[in-house]
This record gives sequence, C-alpha cells and structure tokens, in this order.
Amino acid sequence: MPTDRIERLSPPRDGSPAEPRVVVAKRDNALVLVACDARAAQGGLTPGMPLATARAMHPSLDVIEHDAVADAALLSAIADWCDRFTPLVALDGDDGLCLDITGCAHLFGDEQGLLTALLQGLQRQGFAARAAIAGTAVAARALSRGAPRTIVPPGGEAEAVAPLPVAALGVDPGIVRGLRRAGLVTIGDVLARQPSELAARFGADFVAVLRQASGAEDAPISPRRPAPDYVVDKRFAEPVATLEVIMPTLLALARLLIAAMEKSGKGARQLLASFFRSDGAVRTIMVEAGQPVTRTEMVERLFAEKLDALADPLDPGFGFDLIRLAASHTVVVDAAQRGFDSTAHQAEDVAALADTLSARLGARRVLRYLPQDSHLPERAALAVPVQHCPPQTCHETPWPARADEPPLRPLRLLQPPEPVEVLAEVPDGPPAQFTWRRVTHRVARAEGPERIAMEWWRRPEPGLTRDYFRIEDEVGARFWLYRDGLYGREVLPSADGHGQPRWYVHGLFA
Amino acid sequence: MPSARMSTLARLQGAIDRLEHGLAEPLRRQPLGHAAVDAALQGGLALGALHEVFGEGSAAGAATGFVAGLARQASEQRFLLWVRVDFAARESGDLAMAGFAELGLDPRRIVVVRAPDADSALRSAADALACTGLGAVVTELWGESRAFDAVASRKLSLAAQQSGVTALMLRIAATPQTSTAETRWMVRAAHSPPVEGWGAPMLETSLIRNRRGPTGRWIMEWNCDACRFREPQTHPRPLVAAVADRSYRTAVAAPRRLAG
Repeated sequence: MPTDRIERLSPPRDGSPAEPRVVVAKRDNALVLVACDARAAQGGLTPGMPLATARAMHPSLDVIEHDAVADAALLSAIADWCDRFTPLVALDGDDGLCLDITGCAHLFGDEQGLLTALLQGLQRQGFAARAAIAGTAVAARALSRGAPRTIVPPGGEAEAVAPLPVAALGVDPGIVRGLRRAGLVTIGDVLARQPSELAARFGADFVAVLRQASGAEDAPISPRRPAPDYVVDKRFAEPVATLEVIMPTLLALARLLIAAMEKSGKGARQLLASFFRSDGAVRTIMVEAGQPVTRTEMVERLFAEKLDALADPLDPGFGFDLIRLAASHTVVVDAAQRGFDSTAHQAEDVAALADTLSARLGARRVLRYLPQDSHLPERAALAVPVQHCPPQTCHETPWPARADEPPLRPLRLLQPPEPVEVLAEVPDGPPAQFTWRRVTHRVARAEGPERIAMEWWRRPEPGLTRDYFRIEDEVGARFWLYRDGLYGREVLPSADGHGQPRWYVHGLFA
Repeated sequence: MPSARMSTLARLQGAIDRLEHGLAEPLRRQPLGHAAVDAALQGGLALGALHEVFGEGSAAGAATGFVAGLARQASEQRFLLWVRVDFAARESGDLAMAGFAELGLDPRRIVVVRAPDADSALRSAADALACTGLGAVVTELWGESRAFDAVASRKLSLAAQQSGVTALMLRIAATPQTSTAETRWMVRAAHSPPVEGWGAPMLETSLIRNRRGPTGRWIMEWNCDACRFREPQTHPRPLVAAVADRSYRTAVAAPRRLAG
C-alpha cells in the first residue's frame, strides 16, 4: 500500500520506464524493505529483506522512506470509502480492512457482485487490492493473502484454507517458524494435529485463531464506528455537484429516514450526512439536536444552518456519487399531543431555537447554568450545553433561594481574577484605595470580609484562603475584591522571604 | 412647566405617528415601577420593541444590572436569551448566575449564547426574536461596532414588533448613534444612600432618546423582592456631595452631563 500512495501522488510520466520502487524503514538498526511495488516484486524483492541485499540485486532502486502516519491516514480514508458497502468496517493490521457484509451482499446482486464492485472501485482509485469473502474474519484474511478472489460457501472454510501456507494466518513469525521446523507447512497440516498438542507448544491463542480460520468458531470484528440505528442512502448514476440537487436529495432521504423511525416510535438526537465523492474522498457532517428530530423540516433547518456555517465548505470536486443520511443516536419519542400548558410550548420553542443556534455556532456556545454545591464563586455555576440538558427538564435543582438581603454576589465575574494595587490596613482591614486597569478608585464604602476557604479536598493544591470585600468607590461603582491569603499565616513565598498577600478584583456588582 | 409641555407635545407626536403608520393597536407596556420614568415612557417599557442601553466601560456592572432589570420585567416568567460576544466576557467579566438569581431572575430560564463576534451575535439575536417562547432577547456588544448599523437595528426592531418579544441591546464602551430603537438609555452607578450598609443596586439612568415621550434623568433603585424598579427610598443627601471650597453658583451636576 505505501507504494500505491506514492504512485498516486506522483503518477509515472509516459515513456520513461520507472525503476523498481521500494519503501524502507529502520528496524533493529538496519534499513529493511517495508513494501515494494509490482516491478520490484517481479525482480524478486520481498518485504522484510534488508536494503543492502535489495541494492545488490537491483543497483538502480527508487528508495523511499516509510511514513507510517500518512499510510494510516490513507487506510482510514479507504475505510471511509468502504462505508458504502457496509457500516461495519474494521481496520486489520497496518494494511488491511475487514468488512462485515452480513445482510449487505444482496444490494450488489450477490457476494460476487460486491467483491467485484469493491475491487474495481479500489483499482480505479489506483490501489492494488486483494480480497476474499469467508464466514469468519480470520479465514477471509488468510484467503485474501493466499488465494485472493475466493468466495467460500458457508461451512467450507476448513477446506478452503487447508492448502494455504501457515504464514497466511497472520500470526507471530515465531510460531510460523516453529511450525515449519516441525514439518507443518500448510494450514491443513496444522489442522490435522491435536489442538491440545498445539496449545501446549504455541499457546491457546493460536488454537483460537486456528479454530476461527477453520470456521469452527467466530470472533466479532471491532468496527471503527458503531453502526447507526437507521441508514438511508441514494446512489447516483452520474455524480452530482450542485447544492440544488444535494439539498432536495437530503430532504428526500430525511423523509425516508423519519418514516422508518416513526414505525418504531423513535426520534433522532444525532444525524450524520455522508457525502461520498466519486474520487473516493468522504465528507461526513454531523448535526445534533436537543429534542428528538421527528419532522423533515427540522432536518432541513439543521442541515441548512450547518452547511452554511461550515468553515471549509462542502467541496463536491467531481461530484458525489452517493449521499447517505444516518441516525446515529435515536431515542424513543412519546407521541404526545401538545397540551394546553403554555410553559411547555415555550420550552419546546426555546429548545428548537437552541438546536438552530447550536448547529450554527456549536453546542458549546449555547449554554444554561446549573447550580453547583460549592462556595467558590467560579465553581458555583456549571455551564452546560442546552442540547445536553434541554429546558423541559425543569425539575432540576433550583437555585438557592435568595436571602432577604441585598445582593451579595456580583453580576459579572472576571475569569481569571485580575490583580490590583491596594492600599489597605494590615493585617485584615478593608481596602482604602485600589488601582485596577490603571484607574485609581477611592473606596467610599466597604463591607466584609467574607472569608471563603479553599476546597482542601481537591487536587492539585487548591490555593489560599480568600477574604472578599464588597467595595463601592467614590462614584458609586461596585466591585468585589479579595485578598489572596492571610497576613503572617497563608502567603505565597517570595524572594525576600516576606511574602505579602496579593489583592484581586473578582467581580462587578450592579 | 417645560416638561409638561414636552410631554404633551410628545403625546401628540405619538398620536400622529400612530395615525400615519396605521399602527392600530398601541404597544403593550410594562410599568417599570418608578413613577416618573413610567410617566415619561407613557405607561412603561414598550414590549415587542428595541431598547438600547449604553454604559461606559467603568459602568459595565451598572449597565448589566439595568438590562437585567428591564429583561426581568419584560420577560416575566418566560425564557430570557442573553447573547454576548466573547470579547465582552474578557473585558467586563462573564455573566454570573448567582448574581442574577439574587436580583430576582431565575437562572433556569436564562439561556446564554456565546457569540464569537458581533455579526453572529446580531444574527442569532434576530433569529431568536422570532421565537415566541422567549420573553426578551438581550444582545451584548462591547465597544464600537460597525456591524450594528441602521439596517441591523431595523431588522431587530421589525423582528421584535412581529413576535412581540422585547429586544434589548447592551452596549458597553460604545457611543450612542442613531438607530430605530424605541428608547435609548445611558446608565452609570449611583451612590448608595449614606445611612444603609450594603444596599440594593442604585442606578443613575438617563433616557437620552424616547420616540414617544420626553427624555430625562432619574435615580432608580432595583427592588430585588418585588422585581421592580423604584424611587430611592431614603435620600437625605444631594446627588453630589457638597464640595467645601467652591462658589455658590457652580453647577453641581455639570460634569455629570457628559452622559446626557
């Protein structure tokens, strides 16, 4: 695969016969071939061979350094592309993909049709790929290495893998070497032995792999993404590129999706629209909703907002040949009649508005505040996205009831608190004058201190005790100042050893 | 009395406006609780209209308190959407819900939208004004903004008029400019009465534009229990403390006219 990536980046110029190309990486202090292209393979080079040996065989080699990150990104892009065949795609090693096509083959005629479509698609994109279909992932992997394009009928795995060399199993090279030394060359030879003998020599894992290869047991693959609850898609014979076609298509899909969800009484909280470009690139756009989506208009509004707000717009390139809409997170919706309670209507309207604004600005920017059980002003309120905590759930903790006294907490909180220069009576008098942002305020009235101790049970070290003062300056502006620490007892160490508590302004009152 | 004549004139002007624009039903009004202010406003704050509140950078707290009071009275028990630009939080501090709760607002009914810039804040506000589930929409911009021009203010006014949701603009450190606002206020902090300890918020509010009535300047106190404004309860000393060494005829309030 690495050579394919390079080939795609710099296609060979016509006429000039290219040199065999190999990709090398440093393994155990030696440069070793990681991959070689078709010409190099014809010349007898194989991955794992030291570069020095390869050079001896072919003096004119095109050597390229291995880039594992780029290869992983490419494999992930191919996996995205493979999403069109099945939602369950798993990465298999550094250079393989494993697709669970249970219940998907009939969409392509039959298994042969799917295999052909897959291989042709990859070939068109410039990849050399081998594939096989079998009842278990291990058998399919072994066959794709040893006997590509095989389709194993149900139950025929043991027979199909028997003639393959042991290395096709993809197990540890040490085991392969051990088996070969014991005279067991093909998988069939190994299968003929007693499992207990093999387990004693090579471990139980190897026996498990062997049983999977022979179809005796199966292990599930771990897909890259969870399968969505509902999926609808539309294929185009000719790629489409204009928004005039894309939006109506999305709407038609939304209608199908919502009809399907309605049958089981579900609504979507998260929708994924995937746009498969004809050159293999896939763009997926996600929208979330605080209240379950059960109407087509909501889908239209959310996607219109999202597409409008995208930092990098949807690039159709040469057009999309497949558009898919999936409901990746659904919840049961009570088909409730709208009541006469006007507050419930208000809450619903506000939730719908919050969904629209979140689609445009992001969920982290549309917030509600929940009270927290903490004396620290900065921890007293927790901002949560409205979508995760819609206003319908108003049975939440109420805010502490207001005491029958004037406001003791500021309206605006500076985050972080800003240091101020203060003239104050030592050790714990209120400030007489302070300078904040280069403006000097003379204190006309001060109330305090209100002592707030830090939460010592938190880690890391929580900081110093604060003495808060409510301050009114000579023009009537009101501030919330605090002294960070106590004279003589709690001070931050300073260079001269006589640390002074510092003062901060933390908030503004009305 | 000049103010009475002004008020008559304004009422007539309002009547003509109504006839001209075919505004069949007069604006719903919410009395603020301060008698003189309500008289100047022809009965109270017009709901479903745009109101602007200006405050200097140093009066951010007072201006926020005034807007919170207006929003509380305009939205009653309905939801309040507060759109603020990120820069405002950095300059004047983030909204602290504990403080809002103490003023008598219910933080469970406040939704805060953090907009990255003025453009998106105004766009969000215009969309929000169409949502009848809300009682009021506050848009908080910081500093001069080119985004809030005549077109933007017209858009907000129309949206507010159509849905009946009250639009409030909080402009800190900005210069008042012409717009389609129903009223425009300039707010700064006022002294607490000398006798009390720490008291309720005292605000010096100047009504510098009023489409349907006279302008004026008042000291208003927010009553946290009744959730209304009121006249300062005890006010034994003058607005400005007497300076010992000055001539008798010096205009005491002259430096304070900056805002008006």
